[in-house]
Amino acid sequence: MSLHQFLLEPITCHAWNRDRTQIAISPNNHEVHIYQKSGNQWVKSHELKEHNGHITGIDWAPKSDRIVTCGADRNAYVWSLKDGVWKPTLVILRINRAATFVKWSPLENKFAVGSGARLISVCYFESDNDWWVSKHIKKPIRSTVLSLDWHPNNVLLAAGSCDFKCRVFSAYIKEVEEKPGPTPWGSKMPFGAVLAEFGGAGGGGWVHSVSFSSSGNRLAWVSHDSTVTVVDGTKGSTPSQLKTEFLPLLSVLFISENSVVAAGHDCYPVLFVYDGTKGSVTFGGKLDVPKQTSQRGISARERFQNLDRRATSSETTEQGLESLHKNSISQISVLEGGKSKCSTFCTTGMDGGMVTWDVKSLESALKDLKIV
Amino acid sequence: MEALQAVLKNPPINTKNQNVKDRAEALMLKVLSAFKSSDIEKAVQSLDKNGVDLLMKYIYKGFEKPSENSSATLLQWHEKALSAGGVGSIVRVLTARKTV
Repeated sequence: MSLHQFLLEPITCHAWNRDRTQIAISPNNHEVHIYQKSGNQWVKSHELKEHNGHITGIDWAPKSDRIVTCGADRNAYVWSLKDGVWKPTLVILRINRAATFVKWSPLENKFAVGSGARLISVCYFESDNDWWVSKHIKKPIRSTVLSLDWHPNNVLLAAGSCDFKCRVFSAYIKEVEEKPGPTPWGSKMPFGAVLAEFGGAGGGGWVHSVSFSSSGNRLAWVSHDSTVTVVDGTKGSTPSQLKTEFLPLLSVLFISENSVVAAGHDCYPVLFVYDGTKGSVTFGGKLDVPKQTSQRGISARERFQNLDRRATSSETTEQGLESLHKNSISQISVLEGGKSKCSTFCTTGMDGGMVTWDVKSLESALKDLKIV
Repeated sequence: MEALQAVLKNPPINTKNQNVKDRAEALMLKVLSAFKSSDIEKAVQSLDKNGVDLLMKYIYKGFEKPSENSSATLLQWHEKALSAGGVGSIVRVLTARKTV
């Protein structure tokens, strides 16, 4: 587990390149900074300044080495590296509100942008006109789209939004790909069709983050009412939900077919295990560096002070945060191993820090932690 | 103890009738104040996750209209329910769109 403090500003979003030697981050302003790893240090190599508003999403396509960024200025830019300089290409999204999230599809021939305009913009490159065209998915989204994830078949797209629902859409674009085969989520997939919709009708909270498993059969999402929900497409459509005891989680990621790592306002990542046979989500463990707590006796004076202040005379020192991150974690990403057998993942947060977590050492450090 | 289980069954979440909600809330308050302080912890342990969430909702509803002695008992219940449900249960009270 290594913590690297980039700056004091929150890191709103980040993206890694293919060999994980460069990271693109946005320090809560209009720019993207690209840092290059040299030894144990991170050196800033590029600054991408084109957006007029805060950058809300960055994604780096590993194979084609292109970066797509989207921002609060309702625009998205696709950046390509030419002669050591990143050159932007504007993408007309045709949205009238800020963009919130962007993700390349697995084959990198299209990308999807979620926005506050209650729609998803799926963009693909039209080589005749040499520019990016966007198509909208509007119905039945009733509020801001907060998060997106692509299914490995390059056609299905999961979207979590502020209308408390998580949906699976088809983003099939006939100009760039052939018809996809049937999947557990459905077989007829015209563009914009809703293949599945989950969510609280009378309850629930904003869906902050969604994630497909590496096979695409399972979908997990986290919501603002402090719940984690996993649904298995092959086993019918009843999602299994776990009401957690923590503060709301902001980001979720599958690290194996059965295990999900999520992190959020509680400043440390948490592991959840989904049991396919029982269809239940259980809390796996808190993934954080165990801190050596100093065992000192509590004096009588402190005991009365605690009683006065907190109505309990126990010694719980919740004065400082004992986690590595000192503020909410906003994003988790896989570093090595892919979503099927992730061995390292990385978190960035509002404290400006980036922490890389090694799954093997976590398993050995926290004894009853099992990543199945 | 059984009174607690009974009053937590079938809460008036879906109704729009404010009268029903007020009566349920008053009944809940009576049951909660009838408990001895030492029994509160056992009662909370006997509830399942959904029951703890529901109890939290009633506790916060009770905070909204304080009467002479209610806040003290509610605070004791709150402490025990918090240790059982964690901050997540409070978040669920705040994000719930249908109030009890």
